[in-house]
Amino acid sequence: MKTLNNYTKGIIRENPVLVLVLGTCPTLATSTSVLNALGMGLAATVVLLFSNILISALRKVIPDKVRIPCYIVLIAGLVTAVQMLVKAYAPALNDSLGIYLPLIVVNCIILGRAEMFASKNNIFDSAVDALGMGTGFTLALFLMATLREVFGNGSFCGMPIPVLTDNKISILTMAPGGFFVFGLLMAMMNKWAKHKPQKKDFGCEGCPQASVCSKAACAASDTKENGKEEVK
Amino acid sequence: MTKLIIILLSAVFINNYVLAKFLGICPFLGVSKQLRSAVGMSLAVIFVMLMATAATWPIQKYLLDPHDLGYLQTIVFILVIAALVQLVEIVLKRYMPSLHESLGVYLPLITTNCAVLGVTILNIDEGYTFAEAMVNSLGSGLGFMLAMVMFSGVRSTMEGSDIPESFKGLPITLVAAAITSLSFMGFGGVIENLFS
Repeated sequence: MKTLNNYTKGIIRENPVLVLVLGTCPTLATSTSVLNALGMGLAATVVLLFSNILISALRKVIPDKVRIPCYIVLIAGLVTAVQMLVKAYAPALNDSLGIYLPLIVVNCIILGRAEMFASKNNIFDSAVDALGMGTGFTLALFLMATLREVFGNGSFCGMPIPVLTDNKISILTMAPGGFFVFGLLMAMMNKWAKHKPQKKDFGCEGCPQASVCSKAACAASDTKENGKEEVK
Repeated sequence: MTKLIIILLSAVFINNYVLAKFLGICPFLGVSKQLRSAVGMSLAVIFVMLMATAATWPIQKYLLDPHDLGYLQTIVFILVIAALVQLVEIVLKRYMPSLHESLGVYLPLITTNCAVLGVTILNIDEGYTFAEAMVNSLGSGLGFMLAMVMFSGVRSTMEGSDIPESFKGLPITLVAAAITSLSFMGFGGVIENLFS
């Protein structure tokens, strides 16, 4: 039961993209076409799975003080491996993902799950958590890419759709469309999830660096702002 | 010289890192609430981008390329950037406490900012010379700053407006970002024609 819960929470309740708002950069950048989105989702899921397993296995070995650099090195190694595999077996995908493939290293989802989950739980739970989060990430990307490709390019997975292909809203496949569709999806998620919409803005809770910079930027700007409001 | 100017201007306006390439979205959404913190964060990003390019370009050209170690690029770059940020923070704290006070808080956030890693990798991918790479980094940093400053203005006007319940918080911020990004699309094709 707990295992199932660990898996499903990543898909809706704690969806990394739409609820936790992690990994926004690759979400916006690679959701221009469905195939790109699936490729990105799969690559990130593989990295996430292995990084969670490794970090969970090494959680008692890694000293607490240098854990973030250790995680980054582990993740960077895994990303390099995935990058080489993609280059060898799917060169077209490698070209279309371009810079965003090596940038999986700095994807907040991976470091975030390492810090929040894998460093505290056993290997099996961490692997299940990684699969759930990976599925959630891939599904969110798929949903966004479907909207953007079907309406923006009039096709699905590269296959043209009869009427829509003549009536493209091509702005959706460009940069502004990415922000717009993402905003709409999050608003829908707020409405649909029925819980109170998140009043708080982009918070620090989900940020993997929250523990490192608790006194730093986010906290500083928050308190400054609160202080100012009180003065007003 | 013309090439350097084209690189600079297109990095600032056309290939804007935040609004066209989607790099560095987290700080863009997170720290843009206030003009002050937006400027502080952007200055720190410009600084780290320049330092990171100055460090990683020679490493790639004189260490990784001659020894066929190109596949280590990702690992080496992220480690260099992380070490660099730590070093800068320590130096600032010791010798320039006032600057550390204004920039220091943003430095730890930048280590895993994808814009910084992105600019170093793109400089190599594009095959820029050292001068071109530095100019590109400067332009990218300035573009980041421009986007942050513009967006903090947009957000401050949004504060008092009446927003539908389910759009409150991030969704409306993203829609505003879409409109800000739309304004940058007007620059497309301008720079190339300026110098032709």
